[in-house]
Amino acid sequence: MKLIENNLEKHRYKFEKGGKLEKWAPLYRAADTIMFWTSERTKSAPHVRDALDLKRFMMMVIVALIPATVFGIYNIGYQHYVAMGESFSFIDALGFGLVKFLPIVIVSYAVGGFWEVLFAIIRKHDINEGFLVTGILFPLTLPATIPLWQVAVAISFGVVLGKEVFGGTGMNILNPALTARAFVFFAYPARISGDKVWTAVDMAKDKVVDGFSGATPLLVASNTPGGQSAIHNVTGTTYGDFSWINMFYGLIPGSIGETSTLAILIGALILIITGVGSWRIIVSVYAGGFLMAFLMNIFAGPQSTGMFTLPAHFHLVMGGFSFGAVFMATDPVSASQTYRGKWVYGFMIGALAILIRTVNPAYPEGMMLAILFMNIFSPLIDHYIIKANINRRLSRATQ
Amino acid sequence: MAEFNLKRGYDIRISGEAERDIETLPSPKKVALLPSEFPGIKPRLDVDEGDQVKVGTPLFHDKERPEIKFVAPVSGKVAAINRGERRRLLEVVIENDEQKNVEQNGNRDKKNIEKMSREEIVSQLLNGGMWPHIRQRPFSKIANPGDVPRDIFISAMDTAPLATDPNFIIEDVKEHFQFGLDILSKLTDGKIHLSMTGKKEQRSAIFEQAEGVEKHYFTGNHPAGNVGVHIHHIDPIKIGGDFVWYVQPYAVGLIGKFFKQGYFANDRIVAKVGSSLNNRKYYKTVVGAPISTFIKEKDLNDEEQRFILGDVLTGQKTSIKGYISFYKHLVTVIPEGSEKRKLVGYFRPGMDLPSFSRTFLSSILKKNDKFTMDTRIFGEHRAFVQTGSYEKVLPMDIYPAVLMKSILAEDIEEMEGLGILELDEEDIALCSYIDLSKTNFGALLRHGLDLIEKEG
Repeated sequence: MKLIENNLEKHRYKFEKGGKLEKWAPLYRAADTIMFWTSERTKSAPHVRDALDLKRFMMMVIVALIPATVFGIYNIGYQHYVAMGESFSFIDALGFGLVKFLPIVIVSYAVGGFWEVLFAIIRKHDINEGFLVTGILFPLTLPATIPLWQVAVAISFGVVLGKEVFGGTGMNILNPALTARAFVFFAYPARISGDKVWTAVDMAKDKVVDGFSGATPLLVASNTPGGQSAIHNVTGTTYGDFSWINMFYGLIPGSIGETSTLAILIGALILIITGVGSWRIIVSVYAGGFLMAFLMNIFAGPQSTGMFTLPAHFHLVMGGFSFGAVFMATDPVSASQTYRGKWVYGFMIGALAILIRTVNPAYPEGMMLAILFMNIFSPLIDHYIIKANINRRLSRATQ
Repeated sequence: MAEFNLKRGYDIRISGEAERDIETLPSPKKVALLPSEFPGIKPRLDVDEGDQVKVGTPLFHDKERPEIKFVAPVSGKVAAINRGERRRLLEVVIENDEQKNVEQNGNRDKKNIEKMSREEIVSQLLNGGMWPHIRQRPFSKIANPGDVPRDIFISAMDTAPLATDPNFIIEDVKEHFQFGLDILSKLTDGKIHLSMTGKKEQRSAIFEQAEGVEKHYFTGNHPAGNVGVHIHHIDPIKIGGDFVWYVQPYAVGLIGKFFKQGYFANDRIVAKVGSSLNNRKYYKTVVGAPISTFIKEKDLNDEEQRFILGDVLTGQKTSIKGYISFYKHLVTVIPEGSEKRKLVGYFRPGMDLPSFSRTFLSSILKKNDKFTMDTRIFGEHRAFVQTGSYEKVLPMDIYPAVLMKSILAEDIEEMEGLGILELDEEDIALCSYIDLSKTNFGALLRHGLDLIEKEG
């Protein structure tokens, strides 16, 4: 370690102002400060600073993602072996999952990282740690069968158009990981919807068990014909057990990181305890979703599609609802910034997600669209709350 | 009278408080006045090196408002006029001849004062060098002698890290405090608001028994003791030319003393605090006394120290060769940050580092401990990644981050609407402290305030 530190120190001058490698300074500084915490001192007041920095803040999000990631990796293998009808051990499933998952993550970090570094060098600023989170969040929203070139194209779109064109981390309006996810969804719908993509089996070569369907519970629910009860359809599936508790645990087909509500809630707990994620947003997304689903149940009539009948608590454990509520909606940059705004923002995300799921069967995954939509509206929500603050002050002046 | 219980705020968990023990120091051999600590003042010298001065002889005055004078705290000879870059005036040093010759402003008894007109009081304060104790919000600059303020605010509590306790040091001027209040009450047509700590057992009887004032009680973590926070809750500054004055309680006592003795009251009590010091306590001395008169090399613990005039959040850097300041009753000495860089230090459990956030184990397992804190920044400067924490350390109806963005955009109307006029650097110092993007909110706020002043 001393060797690395000494080497970094030895070459530092080349990257400083006037050094011959000056333009590569962002890359050097990123490597340097990720390895060793800076020992820089304050120059003026405040003379002491809080020990929390952006690196630790972002690392906390990554720690919170560990349960969902590990579960997701295991579930890739689990779904594969179940579909093939083979017996397997815990290690088998984890190993298979890793083989599928690692390339996706590596491509996401490498390609996204390339753009980050490029923009940092052009703009002459430091590389922002926010990408550490984007780079892992995005793969977790994908099916395990996603082609790697699509991962590369989508993360490029997410980082460049979702973030860098606005001026980089802190200035972006949309959540970059979700922007990338939306890009795949609309550009390559065949690889991210339907019922054939969620399980890592090769339909051409692999021989799957009889009755294999591969459809996600959400898809089953949204395919419920009018007049029938969605819950009957979901729990009555012959392939896989889609009971509420099973979906809560998460051994079901779906995007890599989204299936286990339990693992996601462990992450939520970490975010809330450390204060890194806004509990206001998480709570209000669940509240908004629950109430909207409840409302839809009331509106369900004989003419409406079966989705209307899906009970509220089922909605919360299906699809990307929980993952979005905990990890996507809480992105501090694209969310509302005021406390009151966070309540409105979160509630609207939950409500809109369920509304889209229910009334538009073409987009059963309403969560992604709901969050992106509210990302766009969050500055407006804040605007009205701040305007009210200004008006309070102005009304004092004229009294 | 009102009680305010402020929920938001944060007491930095720094160790190194002073003991409640005052030692009276002998008259120092030299003293210095530091023009740079008076915000908005352009100093013009009234003396040259070698000139003889008495207690109360003007050393320099403000270029824009020449009636505001800054006077010698002791009698003797002007020993040095130290300038910095671009000939900026840094220090006017006086060699003390210990003769205690004074510039007498006329002897008077209490009865005479009661008959004095407002104009007379103002001109006495100006000529006697006591005026700089009276400051104005917004802008936190020395008050305009021609103005009549809406109200005058006195904060008899200090919640800043390791701060001196006004309830303790007021004892030194207890026989003058009420007299000082009586004089101040002639300067405004409004009220004098005296804010005290809500903790009864900590409150000084001198404040409790004050007459002719409106009393308020504040409870809460820092910055609950800041005068800006008190103004905001008692009667906030309104947009469009509204202003109030504020005076430190010890200075109120000094003003009382000044009118009784007829010449500049040079007393100062200063505490030495911070984990780099042994033998931490209070000292009675004179304004501008050298720091070395009460901090000796043998008092210092750490290899390398940061000397701060004032508290760790808002003070200015100084050194053992420096002098105590006009407004601050505190010298803090803390260790400089270690040069050693820890491997992935930002990802360690963090038992030894205090944090406002709950991302360090210390926040959970060592909730009530105090820590030795040094001058490390902990991280690099980044763009705002807002987390909504800033509001948690500012007990005012203000959105600090939104305000900062409006200052970056130099939108004056928006800044005023968002409450910039109610703020001073000291009020938002905690926002900088907790900021994970390591932004300096104070410098930005001052930039905004300067813009507004310039626009006029």
